[in-house]
Amino acid sequence: MDLTYFFELLLGGLTRGSIYALLALGYTMVYGIIQLINFAHGEIYMIGAFTALIVIGVLTFTGMNGIAIILIAIVVAMVFSTGYGFTMEKLAYKPLRRAPRLSALISAIGMSMFLQNYVLLAQTPDFLPFPNLLPKIARLEQAESLMNSSQFTILVTTAGVMIILTFLIKFTKIGKAMRATSQDKTMAMLSGININKVISFTFVVGSATAALGGVLISSHTGQINYYIGFIAGIKAFVAAVLGGIGSIPGAVLGSLVLGWTESFGTGYISSDYEDVFAFIFLIAILIFKPSGILGKTSAGDKV
Amino acid sequence: MSNVSTEIKPTSFLSFKELKKSLFTAVWFMILTLPIMVIKVNTIENTVEWHWNRMVFVGLLIFFGSWGWRYLLARREMGPRPRKAESERKRFNLTAILMERKQVRTPTIIILAVMVIVFPFISSMYQTNIMITALNYIILGLGLNIVIGLGGMLHLGYIAFYAVGAYSYALLNYHFGVSFWLALPIGAGLSAIFGILLAIPVLRLRGDYLAIVTLGFGEIVRIILENWNDFSFGPSGIANIPRPGLFGIDFSLPQVTTFIYFIMIGLVVFTIFLMIRLENSRLGRAWVAMREDEVASRAMGIDIRKNKLTAFSLGAVWAGMAGVVFASKTTFINPASFTIWESVMVLSIVVLGGMGSIIGIIIAALIMILLPEYLRAFSEFRMLLFGFLLVAMMVFRPGGLVPAKRKVYTFPQEEAGNE
Repeated sequence: MDLTYFFELLLGGLTRGSIYALLALGYTMVYGIIQLINFAHGEIYMIGAFTALIVIGVLTFTGMNGIAIILIAIVVAMVFSTGYGFTMEKLAYKPLRRAPRLSALISAIGMSMFLQNYVLLAQTPDFLPFPNLLPKIARLEQAESLMNSSQFTILVTTAGVMIILTFLIKFTKIGKAMRATSQDKTMAMLSGININKVISFTFVVGSATAALGGVLISSHTGQINYYIGFIAGIKAFVAAVLGGIGSIPGAVLGSLVLGWTESFGTGYISSDYEDVFAFIFLIAILIFKPSGILGKTSAGDKV
Repeated sequence: MSNVSTEIKPTSFLSFKELKKSLFTAVWFMILTLPIMVIKVNTIENTVEWHWNRMVFVGLLIFFGSWGWRYLLARREMGPRPRKAESERKRFNLTAILMERKQVRTPTIIILAVMVIVFPFISSMYQTNIMITALNYIILGLGLNIVIGLGGMLHLGYIAFYAVGAYSYALLNYHFGVSFWLALPIGAGLSAIFGILLAIPVLRLRGDYLAIVTLGFGEIVRIILENWNDFSFGPSGIANIPRPGLFGIDFSLPQVTTFIYFIMIGLVVFTIFLMIRLENSRLGRAWVAMREDEVASRAMGIDIRKNKLTAFSLGAVWAGMAGVVFASKTTFINPASFTIWESVMVLSIVVLGGMGSIIGIIIAALIMILLPEYLRAFSEFRMLLFGFLLVAMMVFRPGGLVPAKRKVYTFPQEEAGNE
């Protein structure tokens, strides 16, 4: 086997994996706390990307520095996406907290459909080019074929987000409240935790990471449309399940495994069946190890 | 929740406090939708359009919408008392009069039957075609109802079986010249086999995991159809699929449309009949028990494995049949007709109509297919509205438009008292 090709696929899979990880982190947090697949998580990512594009479009007229523009765009996208995530939870999920799981799930699908078509109608059904304003790293330009600057930025950001989130959940007060809420809502309430606030906070953090992912990934891929969130969201969910849903390092590990599976699958077998590899892998995991790679909870109540 | 006794009236929502809440919500949404609704950038020509009028529209919509939303939410929080009264009223109005009193039921059915038979002769071919589509969705909805409404399993890859049905007719006809009538049972059978193929790996899964795996299955089928050119002719699809014939009679195009319409009516009637029988059968009751509590039903001796397999394969049978008719009606199929959103569409029909409710699903399918066709201006917002409806239905009326009636077994008390 050609070793260079192998390394290309390995690094390609790493980027792919860290892309999924940025989304999977939000998924896994929300799932961990209210046991709901937030189908609309991918839509938040898409809305983040669109908001950023709009901000970039407006700011380019002011003739600002590219890096300043992308930074402002990221912040604005994150602010608005958290707004969407917060509102979405209040509207579509909070009234259904005591309803059967099927209801919440259908509500999530409805929300996803609504947001997609909202962007489709308000903006455009076509693909829009997304300018790449991420900083160029001179050293990496020489090794362009292996890894370019935006890939490197995504990789570093993912690692950073993962460390921050782990810290947040492990060592802060709100993190402790989150862990308590995810274990037992009634008991958490009894010990004085405002679970509504904790759940809202989780959605806010999840949406912020999704928006960050949206901007970085769109800069990398170079185009966006209203539909980018859905498949990305599904893949991220697959990754979160792979790694063991509810676990932050698990989400990252699962994403990397999924990224490599797809990268090697498309590289050595066929590029047409990229999504098929992900789904087959998911089915296999759910059959043989339903709790995921790093999952510690018993599988009985989830599967 | 605490003041259960107080009646909530819409007028009590006219207070200053509520006004302030509505205003606040409206402003919040106006800010939230600011970038996406108001600003439109064109990154190619570097132009920016501002649509401030949309912001006013959002504000007004949310101002009044949030009022209604909070009113409904408060009424829901009131608990079961008003809802019970409502459902009681409903039952007396609709179901009881229509279904239980013979002197009303028989004329209603006769009038409906006459309307259904006369329809293709008094309307244009275009309208008949739309009606065929609606009938197709009724069959899909009723089929999915087996899996979701009775079995309680969220199935997001249902359209894959529809694709299997459509492609099995198209391919069998292309390679072997198989006729429509032979393809109908073959398509249904192949779909059933696919249903079992899907069901085997997901037997142990529940809820969200099941949803995501079925979704994956649906996508896998679509991707394979799109990419396996030698087998399915890829994204370009298969054209010139023959319409159904009858003993070699040559139909003209309007005639064949009418003919397909009656095939669909026949299929729908057959489906409804079977569904009613299924609901009351041992199998149907086992599904409902499984939906309510899997562990308890297993403890009561219900074979979960067998029941899930039958639910998936029986549900698939109807999708397969609908697929064969779809292929013969449009005479052209390609993988683009079988995306996940079609599955969600069928799901919306089942949810809107009421999971487990046959009449509800029929009404919902007719509303959801016919309304956008006749209100062209509204068709653009169709999917947006469906999404909103899914959320609103789940929050306010999880039972659907016509909630399924639960079977109540009562002892004949009066007679027992007399004896």
